[in-house]
Amino acid sequence: MSNYFESEDLKKFGEIGRHAKPLADDFFRYYGKVTGTDGALSKREKSLIALAIAHAERCAYCIDAYTTACLEAGANPEQMAEAVHVAAAMKAGITLVHSVQMNNHLDRLVL
Amino acid sequence: MNAPNTISPYDFDAILASRGVDLPALRVDTLQLNVTKLCNQACRHCHVDASPARTEAMSRDTIEQCLRVLAQHPQIATLDITGGAPELHDDFEYLVERATALGRHVMVRHNLTVQLDGHPKSGRSMEHLPAFFARHKVEVVSSLPYYQAYFTDAQRGSGVFEKSIEAMRRLNAVGYGIDGSGLRFDLVYNPVGPYLPAAQASLEADYREALRAQFGVEFSQLFTITNMPLHRFALHLRKSGQYEAYMDKLLAAFNPAAAEGVMCRNLISVDHTGTIYDCDFNQQIGLQLREPATIHDFDYERLAQRRIRFGDHCLGCTAGAGSSCGGATA
Repeated sequence: MSNYFESEDLKKFGEIGRHAKPLADDFFRYYGKVTGTDGALSKREKSLIALAIAHAERCAYCIDAYTTACLEAGANPEQMAEAVHVAAAMKAGITLVHSVQMNNHLDRLVL
Repeated sequence: MNAPNTISPYDFDAILASRGVDLPALRVDTLQLNVTKLCNQACRHCHVDASPARTEAMSRDTIEQCLRVLAQHPQIATLDITGGAPELHDDFEYLVERATALGRHVMVRHNLTVQLDGHPKSGRSMEHLPAFFARHKVEVVSSLPYYQAYFTDAQRGSGVFEKSIEAMRRLNAVGYGIDGSGLRFDLVYNPVGPYLPAAQASLEADYREALRAQFGVEFSQLFTITNMPLHRFALHLRKSGQYEAYMDKLLAAFNPAAAEGVMCRNLISVDHTGTIYDCDFNQQIGLQLREPATIHDFDYERLAQRRIRFGDHCLGCTAGAGSSCGGATA
């Protein structure tokens, strides 16, 4: 059975421009500027945010890439684990806050 | 049948040529001596393959010749003593005393734990080292891969972090790393795997804050060093299938500005037999000078004008912000 996620494929990220190079070039310029430079947020903070999103979005490529990026930005496993917990807590919170909708509907349905 | 293509994609000379970078030697202002491969530790990334089982040691004759070279060449301002754990060499203190008497700046690559472990063969105590270093105003340079135990012990062995902190306290107690003491105590960070170091300045700030707050220890400066794909670390990379990916990472991060500052342009490295190399990394893989030489036939002009011999591993010194025994180069 073939896998959709092959870690070797991460190297091919640049190939997304195969059929729309100008758009891909614009994307990579933007992506590099946002994630790869110190700004109001440090590169380390940005890497930790990206790592959290990688987990929330369940992107295997991004988890590999940003685990390394976090280490290369000087983060440690405790900071990385906390970032993932932030993602997990947000996911849980997002799930649970929808129960307000459930309760609203219950209120409408129940006599 | 065509001959296989044997040109390595990591051929450093070809990379320099393609980028229009030329790196001739500039001078020799540092004499780096690897006096022994004996060490009380056996770190997983060690490019020397040092361990308690090693026996290589520089002879007294060769040490005397190194001192003669220093005496005759005042332009060589710094003696950088490394190993293994160089303090385990029987003539280590003699070498330091004589070199400082010659007015040379002496640096020692001190692994911290040797203070507490002592000599792995004889059991000789090494607790006097902080006072000895301070007496001779030696610059102490020590590896501490991170300001937490997890990474440090993973790389250098279980319990190394705790011992290193205690050794740092003893160095601080005699003035090392304390502002105004004149005693320099530098720490060395290197990644605990196949990735590049973080920016030196930001990591130094993290180290200073964490070590001061959690352990009350001080240091002068942090040097970030990239892991060289040699010996134990190279073996780990190959076994784990990460060698090519690491070399590709180093190649992609090649930085001409970092290359300009590589340490081989102003130092020479001498092994325990007296053979001269362009750097300690070349020494460990036996990559001799283009024109082989020993400390016994030392010729300053020839060495200061030599063409440096490069290998694939040199990509480790030129990636990102660069890497040298004095940290980042760009």
